[in-house]
Amino acid sequence: MSDAQTLRPKSQSRFIVVISELMRRPRAAFGMAVIMVMVFGAVFAPLIMPHDPFEQSFDGLDLMGGPLPPGGDYLLGTDLLGRDLASRLILGTRTSLIIGLVANGIAVILGASVGIAAGFFGGWTAAILMRFTDLMMAFPALLLAIVLAAIFQPSLMIVALVIAMVNWVQMSRVIYTETRSLAEREFIQVQRAIGSSSLRILGKHLLPHLLSSIVVFGTLGISTTVLLEATLSFLGVGVQPPMPSWGNIIFENQTYFSTAPWLVFIPGLLIVLLALAFNLVGDALRDILDPTLKGRHG
Amino acid sequence: MSGYLVRRLIESALILLGITFVTFVLLYMVPADPARQIAGRSATAETVANIRDQLGLNDPLFVQYFRYLGNLLQGDMGRSYLQRAEVADLIAARLPASLLLMVSAIVTELILGLTIGVVAALRRNRPADHTLMIFSFVSISAPQFVIGILLLYVFSVQFGWLPIGGYGTFAHLILPSITLGFLGAGWYSRMMRSSMIDVLEQDFVRTARAKGLSRLHIITRHVMPNAILPVIAMIGIDIGLFMSGIVVVESVFGWPGIGQLAWQAIQRVDIPVIMGVTMVSATAIVLGNLIADLVAPLIDPRIKTK
Repeated sequence: MSDAQTLRPKSQSRFIVVISELMRRPRAAFGMAVIMVMVFGAVFAPLIMPHDPFEQSFDGLDLMGGPLPPGGDYLLGTDLLGRDLASRLILGTRTSLIIGLVANGIAVILGASVGIAAGFFGGWTAAILMRFTDLMMAFPALLLAIVLAAIFQPSLMIVALVIAMVNWVQMSRVIYTETRSLAEREFIQVQRAIGSSSLRILGKHLLPHLLSSIVVFGTLGISTTVLLEATLSFLGVGVQPPMPSWGNIIFENQTYFSTAPWLVFIPGLLIVLLALAFNLVGDALRDILDPTLKGRHG
Repeated sequence: MSGYLVRRLIESALILLGITFVTFVLLYMVPADPARQIAGRSATAETVANIRDQLGLNDPLFVQYFRYLGNLLQGDMGRSYLQRAEVADLIAARLPASLLLMVSAIVTELILGLTIGVVAALRRNRPADHTLMIFSFVSISAPQFVIGILLLYVFSVQFGWLPIGGYGTFAHLILPSITLGFLGAGWYSRMMRSSMIDVLEQDFVRTARAKGLSRLHIITRHVMPNAILPVIAMIGIDIGLFMSGIVVVESVFGWPGIGQLAWQAIQRVDIPVIMGVTMVSATAIVLGNLIADLVAPLIDPRIKTK
């Protein structure tokens, strides 16, 4: 989320206030730290990877041809093909974050646009858009995502698009409800009465009030996205090997989980950590940005 | 209330109609040729063409769709392309296993979630509360396949207490139920906690305290019955989560339910089966939401049903 940009210039200080509020809460600070470490790993992946993540090394297998356990030259061990697990995980961080940001970015923009349009214009626009949202809500999300991924040959961007198509619905519901109640408030009615254009009302008067919810649900949504990507990749219809993703590393090695548990549980732990980090930060943001909800969720 | 019920029923039917259409169009776009799948790799082009003709796959999209819809309304979901069976029979054979798993997951998540929520609320802002809430955050952040494989590793591989997968006895049911209910336990514990805290601050609780009732009596007789209702009302919505969850959980544990059926059908592009499971799942979700909406005003009369 580019909340830094959207809150500027008047409330640049507010952005700093929010960040310092976040850092003062232990859970949120932990989440921020995890996110920063992961972003660092993703950005500098080529520099910090100890081995070539695609190289099927003969040294990476034991005498029986099995994967090496953690420790020694290969810090986190190797996978079934003798590739360095640590390097694959670091490169996999990129996959998770790229999909998390792209898929969720699309979902946020789409969901917020649909919600605002329906809430602001009401009438037929709302009826059609919200009935369509209801329809999407009734779809078994994972089944829909699997079918979509199977139709389009899964590439990184297709997986991101599929996840976005499944995930925008929640956001549009939340924003719709909020926009509708805002649209009935006096300060918006006044703008309408003095003949301000719809675009002006939307941009200058509605959007600033919706920003908190968009930031909160946008952050929480990244966690959903990360989990959905991992699940799709685990089922083999997400990110395709040899491109590493935490989910497909587990997919490739799951049959050996009893003899080589590190190949399943280390990537599993990373998925939990990243999803947890965004959940913790999102939850804290909700507390900070919406004081009326304080204490109900913490 | 009855007007509201009728309107909601009509809405639900329309949503299901919409879902048949969207699913049908999506599956129509699948690049794999079903006729080729049925005939096998070695079949001649002529055989494939014949099968296409028999199945009516050469007809325009809308003709195929309305034919499907007409059959569906008569309870006919078509035949599986790859298994020599009616889709309805395949689903009916698998549904009991999935229902058993889901009911047992609901029990698991309620026991876990409500207990954690009550304890956390009573120990609000103390170490126990913080620890439990971190647990609930982890449970909503953990993918089901990781939980499932972890449980298998600990309880089946390391300790050998429980079977490594499959179906049949109570022992087979334990790990899949915990895996499927784990996510919900996290949500329920947070909802129960905030619901308890809300009720604890109500005037009638203060009155009960002023009357000199024991703490245990107040908590069990006055607070919990009120706090639990809004949480119970959410069970209907869980069905949606479960319909996604069973695909993963059943595939990890080799549980012979409709999730596994769907997953196998997707891998082999068995379109009538995918269509059938999607419709059954969507119907369950719509019914679940409907029940949740109808129960809510009964529990909290402040919610209007206009």
